[in-house]
Amino acid sequence: MNRLARMATARRSPGRWHWTDVAAYAYLALGVVLMFGPVLWLGLSSFKTQAGLLEFPPSLLPMSQKEVRVEGHAQPLPLFEVTLEDGSKRVLAQVRRIGIQAQMVDPANPGQSIRVPIDRRTAVREFKLATENYTEPLERFAFMRFLWNSVFVTAVATLITLVINSMAAYALSIYEFRGKTAVMLMVIGTLMIPITIILVPVYLVITKLGLVNSLWAVILPGAATPTGVFLLRQYMLTLPRDLIEAARMDKASEWQIYWRIVMPLAMPALAVLAIFSIMWRWNEFLWPLAVLTKTESYTLQIGLNAFQGELQTQWHYLLAMTVVTLLPVALVFVFLQRFITTGIANTGMK
Amino acid sequence: MASDAPIPAAQPERAGAASLLAAPLALPMRLIDWPMQGLQRLIGERRMAYVFLLPNLGFFSLFVFLPLVINFIFSVTGGAGLFPSERPYVGAQQYAYLFDCGSFLDASSCREDHFWRGVANTARFTIFQVTAMVLFSLLTAVVLNMKIRARGFFRAVYFFPVLLSPVVVALTWKWILQRDGLLNAAITSLGGERILFLVDPSWAMFWVVFVSIWAHMGFYTLILLAGLQAIPADLYEAAEMDATPRWRVFWRITLPLLWPNMIVVIVLALIRGVQTFDEVFVLTGGGPGTATLMVVHYIYETAFANQVQNFGLAAAASVVLGVVLFALTLLQLAASRRKGAA
Repeated sequence: MNRLARMATARRSPGRWHWTDVAAYAYLALGVVLMFGPVLWLGLSSFKTQAGLLEFPPSLLPMSQKEVRVEGHAQPLPLFEVTLEDGSKRVLAQVRRIGIQAQMVDPANPGQSIRVPIDRRTAVREFKLATENYTEPLERFAFMRFLWNSVFVTAVATLITLVINSMAAYALSIYEFRGKTAVMLMVIGTLMIPITIILVPVYLVITKLGLVNSLWAVILPGAATPTGVFLLRQYMLTLPRDLIEAARMDKASEWQIYWRIVMPLAMPALAVLAIFSIMWRWNEFLWPLAVLTKTESYTLQIGLNAFQGELQTQWHYLLAMTVVTLLPVALVFVFLQRFITTGIANTGMK
Repeated sequence: MASDAPIPAAQPERAGAASLLAAPLALPMRLIDWPMQGLQRLIGERRMAYVFLLPNLGFFSLFVFLPLVINFIFSVTGGAGLFPSERPYVGAQQYAYLFDCGSFLDASSCREDHFWRGVANTARFTIFQVTAMVLFSLLTAVVLNMKIRARGFFRAVYFFPVLLSPVVVALTWKWILQRDGLLNAAITSLGGERILFLVDPSWAMFWVVFVSIWAHMGFYTLILLAGLQAIPADLYEAAEMDATPRWRVFWRITLPLLWPNMIVVIVLALIRGVQTFDEVFVLTGGGPGTATLMVVHYIYETAFANQVQNFGLAAAASVVLGVVLFALTLLQLAASRRKGAA
């Protein structure tokens, strides 16, 4: 106990507690509640039944009323704790409710029915996860389709991005050629032109290519990224030039040098770009929203947004689907956090 | 953070995972080698650079530069057609519509009142959001840079919402802010009245700003934290020797040395703030009424969501937004040049 207390109060540098240290820990504690709280609440709520979600004030954990099977009744009956007229308490199952009276039976003795005023009974509740929130949307909506579309877009787009960005980065880091500065300026220029200001003409280009409502309409426009080219070029510049010269001596073609020598060496930078690209693509919203108008081509994000318009009262499905949408990103974060944070600190991009 | 290498060094297990990703490409890449060798013999080794650049620049031309030109064509033509050949030239008429205002301070006196409400809302949003975001990111970065325990954990706590999709962020908060939500439960348990947060215009704006800060603060905190850790430790040690009070250390050492990073953060936040759309669209849909309608939302609506799609007007609004963004980007370049000089 003593050791625990010492550990809790110890600081990295010995010395007295300054009031700023106390304030710092208070701020961090508040941060944990404010940042984690909402997502935790989302997770807890997603396991509540539809009736449980309508409760006010809401219960912290997903609770639902206990039910029992009673002989002579086809459906399971809800359990209540009842205060009888003589003041004793019993647990009874409700058969039906008539006005302010409830007809109840003792599960142990189903033959005898008891009439109880409804204000004398309270529901018996138990902790129960409403997993049907997760399984039912899979059957009832095109949810699997959205999931597949998102996975397809994310995987294919990331692959294309990695290949064409690394090719450009290879050219810009290994070769000296005429127009190199102009190309660099072009790449920087695209940084200044986000999709928000060319929404309409990109739509025109996609229409001309006959790709409206196809997943390629989402994949192609963002495939070449200035961030990716810079990130990879910066890394490739650090590779030893002798290696490439040696390969040329051995009559390796330029393409072989790119694919067999430079790419394997650039793996760490490629991994960073892959993680970025996966995050960008999985979370992309405005462009897919504009170009995808048929339900079967929706990605998860667009599907979820469409649902929240249609299913205003069906929060139990909506919350569960939100959790599913969040999960892959959460997993990526848990395993690759250091990777992502260093990548951002280095490039200033996300 | 100190232990993080600038770019993570090669580690076998990561390289393993990545080569798994490359496996489906192994065969096509080998097949491409044949024509590539022929090409190399034809044009020579050095000009292969252009071949390597071609796909990426092709994508850039098709989806960035060409659209930029078409955008101007759209903005000076009228009609309902999508293809420029179907659109009659109208000169500056779209811009004239956009700027046709009785008074620029009163959006309802404008012909395109939604555009000007969008401009006013976006300006208000950006001012509040950037100010609060910079202050809180700075505070958080300073706290995370102190000698605290479990720093990695706390850094992760503030950072993780950055990775969440805007739809997830908005729905998470919508669920908390709804009429029978967690926040109203807390308020009523303290004896207060329920507040319809997303129905009351000023509350809606407040929460839009709040949620957007919640979602993006970690990103800016990270940049500032990197800046803080680049400040030489001996400066602080010297200050400690002289028993300088902490607030003074902050004003005289930390803030001046962090200033270049602060400028980067401010300009980046401005550029993002002006383009705000995703979270706001899902959280409030621009409402109640037009209380949280942003410029990008106006562009999206005018071009795609309205009954009558008006590509010309949307393009003209895009050009106006583009000019603002261009000015902000120049500001960023100037700032980063100063950072480089410092």
